[in-house]
Amino acid sequence: MRLDWIRIDTPRQTFCRVLTGGPPGGVPLVYFHGMAGLSEDDPLLARLAEDFTVYAPELPGYGESTGEETLEDMLDFTLHGWDVVDALHLDRPALVGHSMGGMMAAEMAAISPERPLKLALIDPLGLWIDECPIPDVFGMLPHTLPEVLFHDPVAGASTMTRGADFTDQQALLDFFIGNAKRLGTAGKILFPIPNRRLSKRLYRMRTDTLLVWGESDRMIPLDPYATKWQELVPSSSLVTIPDAGHMAPIEQPEATASAISSFLG
Amino acid sequence: MKFIWFNLMPWPDLPDDFRENNRSVWVDIDSKLYDPERGHAVYHEYMDQLEYADSLGFDGIGVNEHHQNGYGLMPSPNIIAAGLARRTSKAAIAVIGNSIALYNPPIRVAEEFAMLDVISGGRLICGFPVGTSMDTNYCYGQIPALTRDKYAEAHELIKRAWTEDEPFAFDGKYNQLRYVNCWPKPIQKPMPPIYIPGGGSIETWDFCIDNDYNYSYLSFSGYLAGKRLMDGYWERVAARGVDDSPYRGAFAQIICVADTDAEAKELYEEHVLYFYNRCLHVFPGFADAPGYRTIKTLQAGALNQLTAAAQRRFSELTWDDLVENGNIIAGSPETVTDRMKHMISSLRVGTVFCIMHNGNQPDWKTRYSTQLFAEKVMPKLADMWPEYAGDDRWWCKPLATRVDPTETIGGRARSELSE
Repeated sequence: MRLDWIRIDTPRQTFCRVLTGGPPGGVPLVYFHGMAGLSEDDPLLARLAEDFTVYAPELPGYGESTGEETLEDMLDFTLHGWDVVDALHLDRPALVGHSMGGMMAAEMAAISPERPLKLALIDPLGLWIDECPIPDVFGMLPHTLPEVLFHDPVAGASTMTRGADFTDQQALLDFFIGNAKRLGTAGKILFPIPNRRLSKRLYRMRTDTLLVWGESDRMIPLDPYATKWQELVPSSSLVTIPDAGHMAPIEQPEATASAISSFLG
Repeated sequence: MKFIWFNLMPWPDLPDDFRENNRSVWVDIDSKLYDPERGHAVYHEYMDQLEYADSLGFDGIGVNEHHQNGYGLMPSPNIIAAGLARRTSKAAIAVIGNSIALYNPPIRVAEEFAMLDVISGGRLICGFPVGTSMDTNYCYGQIPALTRDKYAEAHELIKRAWTEDEPFAFDGKYNQLRYVNCWPKPIQKPMPPIYIPGGGSIETWDFCIDNDYNYSYLSFSGYLAGKRLMDGYWERVAARGVDDSPYRGAFAQIICVADTDAEAKELYEEHVLYFYNRCLHVFPGFADAPGYRTIKTLQAGALNQLTAAAQRRFSELTWDDLVENGNIIAGSPETVTDRMKHMISSLRVGTVFCIMHNGNQPDWKTRYSTQLFAEKVMPKLADMWPEYAGDDRWWCKPLATRVDPTETIGGRARSELSE
């Protein structure tokens, strides 16, 4: 299913692109992307749009969305998420989020527990366990990231660069600038430790929640993190995805989408 | 000209295979390499050298702040400066500086700098660096994209704390203080001279011009590479319509003086290479946290000395490369004088931070180099900017009559000394 960009603005003065597609009048699903951002050929979104009316907002600081200077802390990001839902005129959407987006979706559900229809979190950030520290992606060289992010690092590496030619100085500079904006924005809720005390607020989350986890996630390992989520969110269930790492939506879009589709019904 | 003798305070015992077995000299350096008992002697040796520079007539002596860093042993330069304030009586004490976004609350900087200014009798020069990504983000956990905003707020708070006469409430984004009341206050009014150590941020130039602060380019890339950046600064100064006194600018330069050029190589090569090859071995993943630099700066292509490629280059440089590239100015007093003149005039700087202790350089060599510079080089450079003679806008203004803490007073009260 093809997705198209629409543009919205929010009262906070952010201007966001939203990737949309799917059957008109279907169950609305709002998808919050991870640290790397959003691409219009995202295989998971294409697959989800077969069953749902998908809205995938691009966070300010990413791609062509702007206004990131108005987002400074976790509460700003959380309220921004609801501002976007309001700007899209959605009443009770299902919220789906991957990694950083999962953290945002969970925060949104904790602050407005009655509002999400259901919640699906794919390899979400948000918790921190001292005995199993999440790797510092802000202090890693780009070529070492695939090892942490993908079940298959070699295949993963080629999807990360998206065919860009880094021997070209301008392409390299553009990449650096884009990266600085994306991760600079992400750093406001993830640096230096990706823990903004969501665990204190999760008791408020009563929404039916699905945890979707890549079995070989080396960034946020299934054990102990999925276990911790289940403990803190009694209304949650867990589906694990074989042959998938932290980037399950890229590596196993079909299995990830199926799990979400059957959960959302 | 003003010459500030500067000691980075490197750890002198990094092993020969440091680069092979360690990924970084900074942030996650192996803490087992530090030996506190050895450190005891090292601190005193380095402080002795700073005091020696004062005795030789250097205009200032300088220290700086780094954290978890094998070539900078001063997480708190103020502690060293306090020691120097008691053991010297003439030289300016340049603390370049305190990373003001890291102090919580930053009123601490206003207080400690005021203490240093008062103890030293108004000899303090203050630096307010934004701080490197290594120190600020990776060691001290500041959020990269908010670091500059936090810095700006800390600057405003410190400036107001020094200059306002009544207690005030400060409702900042990062600091909320009900009663700001800096006590003590600095001797120098309205405040000590401020130097801003900058890498290559355009915003920093405007900040210096707007506040009448000195812009100090502290780099190990040397003056030939530094020219592009200082040219940019002076173009900005001209565009903003302020005067172009060379004392608006300062530059840090590694300097090695010996009897002859050949002797300089013989004496200092090992130590300079220790510095470039081991001390500057920084893991590139720590060089630039995403969001630390502004997009404007990135777009200007001003990625400077700490990019990954530059790091690799440092590690492979030889003595001859370093001399030729101007990373270091080394040789006989005549050679050093010539190159210093070239550096000072091409960068248009009135103040030079002289880095004369390198890596694991033994004390006697440091003193030898320092003495030759003070006696045979400095006098020939004193009058580089005759048309700006007496321009002391960026220099400290000590009390005319002040305590000489270096006098031995035995068991007597200081007030009895003059009797």
